[in-house]
Amino acid sequence: MRLEAISQPSVSRRIFPPMLAIVASFVIAALLAQIAGGNPFAVFGLIFKGALGSQFALLETLNRATPLIFTGLAVAVAFRAKLWNIGAEAQLYAGAVITVVLGTGALAWPAPVLLPTLAIGAALAGAIVLLIPAMLKTRFGVDEVVTTLLFNFIFLLFVSYLLEGPLKDPMGMGWPKSARLIPEARLPRIVEGLRLHWGFALALICAVAIWVIDRKTTLGFEMRAVGQNPEAARFAGIPVTKVILKTALLSGGLAALGGFSEVAGLKGSLTLDLSPGFGYTGIVVAMLALLNPLGVVAAALFVAIIFVGADSMSRAIGVPTYLADIMLASALLLMVLAILFTKFRVRRD
Amino acid sequence: MELLDILLSASFWAAAIRIASPLIFATIGELICERAGVLNLGIEGIMVAGAFAGWISVWAGLPLWGGVAVAMFVGMAFGLLHSVLSVPFGLSQHVVGVGITLLATSVTFYTYRVVLPEVSSPPKIEAFQPFEIPLLSDIPLLGPALFSQTPLTYAAFVVAALTAFVLFRTPLGLAVRAAGENPSAVAAQGLSVTAIRMGAVVVGSGLMAVGGAFLTMSAFDSFFFDMVGGRGWICIALVVFGAWRPGKALLGAILFAAFDALQIRVQQTSLGTVIPYQIFLMMPYVLSILALVLMSRSAQVPAALMVPFNKGTR
Repeated sequence: MRLEAISQPSVSRRIFPPMLAIVASFVIAALLAQIAGGNPFAVFGLIFKGALGSQFALLETLNRATPLIFTGLAVAVAFRAKLWNIGAEAQLYAGAVITVVLGTGALAWPAPVLLPTLAIGAALAGAIVLLIPAMLKTRFGVDEVVTTLLFNFIFLLFVSYLLEGPLKDPMGMGWPKSARLIPEARLPRIVEGLRLHWGFALALICAVAIWVIDRKTTLGFEMRAVGQNPEAARFAGIPVTKVILKTALLSGGLAALGGFSEVAGLKGSLTLDLSPGFGYTGIVVAMLALLNPLGVVAAALFVAIIFVGADSMSRAIGVPTYLADIMLASALLLMVLAILFTKFRVRRD
Repeated sequence: MELLDILLSASFWAAAIRIASPLIFATIGELICERAGVLNLGIEGIMVAGAFAGWISVWAGLPLWGGVAVAMFVGMAFGLLHSVLSVPFGLSQHVVGVGITLLATSVTFYTYRVVLPEVSSPPKIEAFQPFEIPLLSDIPLLGPALFSQTPLTYAAFVVAALTAFVLFRTPLGLAVRAAGENPSAVAAQGLSVTAIRMGAVVVGSGLMAVGGAFLTMSAFDSFFFDMVGGRGWICIALVVFGAWRPGKALLGAILFAAFDALQIRVQQTSLGTVIPYQIFLMMPYVLSILALVLMSRSAQVPAALMVPFNKGTR
């Protein structure tokens, strides 16, 4: 078997394999639902009804998509430059920690000043958390996949320590939970009375901003060049190390904004279960979006539909919610394979 | 001198060897993959799948060794999937590995919920019991530490020795190492780089799954959702720390496990009341990162690690 590059792939060649990947992941999930005793059509019907069937469900889905847009963008930005950031989980928590440290009364400022301060503080914290593995990569050549993964465990233990120590809510009845944010530190709802907060709008703004950086700025060009061929980029005079570090700052900052948005927009305080793996799911989101910043928004919505819908489906007929995780993991693997088939054809020899 | 007391007690070293056992299996498994040129980041998920598969098989009535075989088989199946995507198709080993981990973990949790829908706490099985090797287990300190372990621990040491022998003393091992150093030379000899790499990933993944099964069938007697807890990622660091050599990797795993056993014991001493327990729990991960940084200068990484081999593009 041999792979042969296609010089000018046709439109159908570029669209068909990714579509097939999504369809195949649905088929896999349908088969597994059948095994668990659920009729596949009923299962998918319930998933879509649970995620989109009412105004409440729809807003819940948009809220769930919000952190996934942030972590999806974080991963997409990093992966484009071949900086394998698997640590969005830790960076998200770093943003959440800063939001709680500054937003529970330490800064008693009016909301228009306080909220941007919290967002910037959170982004800086996340950027620093990713900067450490990025510098270990550029200075010592340590693979960032393993270090970012290990940092996830270290940082979660650190958060656990904070919530049982310095950040513990004195009124929390002994639960490991932070104090609540002051009202000025809460992100308001976009429309009064509807459960959707400004974090979602911020996520959309970030997606557009990243798209602009990617397409219209020198930094975007440099990041892509480094990702495609670091040696060639170095030869062309691009400061590769600097570009990798800048990418790390951007990626870590984006993931941390997800933590800020979750705490300030949705939860109001920090607990250890703030993120049910948003950092890891961000990888799936980014890959389904083919690392395109605007595609991340669509992919995050798709993933949120599956997750919110699976929760409601599981409550109704008892097929485990992990069906959603299997579907997304298989979609991820099938999608990377599909991307290959948009550019190469298989020759037997 | 509480510390000295701990370090001189047989129970401490017995615990270190016990903690090291799953790491040895998985580290050797990862080492075989990487020697052939494939970074297998599926390790964490494959360990979860192995831990579950072995335990549930025994719960369903299989003998203990039957459970180990099932775990290995499940690991090999995920390894086959990894290798199909990463070797002939040459997809990014980072993305494929993370994908396999997500897939293996979610399939495991799904199966758990389907098989045991109503349980609040997982059932226990009759796990492997320590087997005292006659005469050797009577040696002071060394006996209780090394020769009063469960059969699966002895198996871990045998696997490490066998891997060292095959890799460095047989033509097969030479072919595996060459596939990770200079695949073109392997192809020029008329051997299939694809077959060698896929075989290595399948076998290595089987060992990772047995490492996972050790947790549910020897260290404990039940399955919990987060019981693997990053051990797979630690094993990847151990492969680097062991400079891709089975003997050094084995020693690295024991050293690492000794630190882990030490932190558990130090938590019980007066220090444990001053220092938050989370700091102790962080130590394995911090040590792994330190090991990676320390070894980075002298790393003898296989030259073709993570480089896909495509006959078309020589």
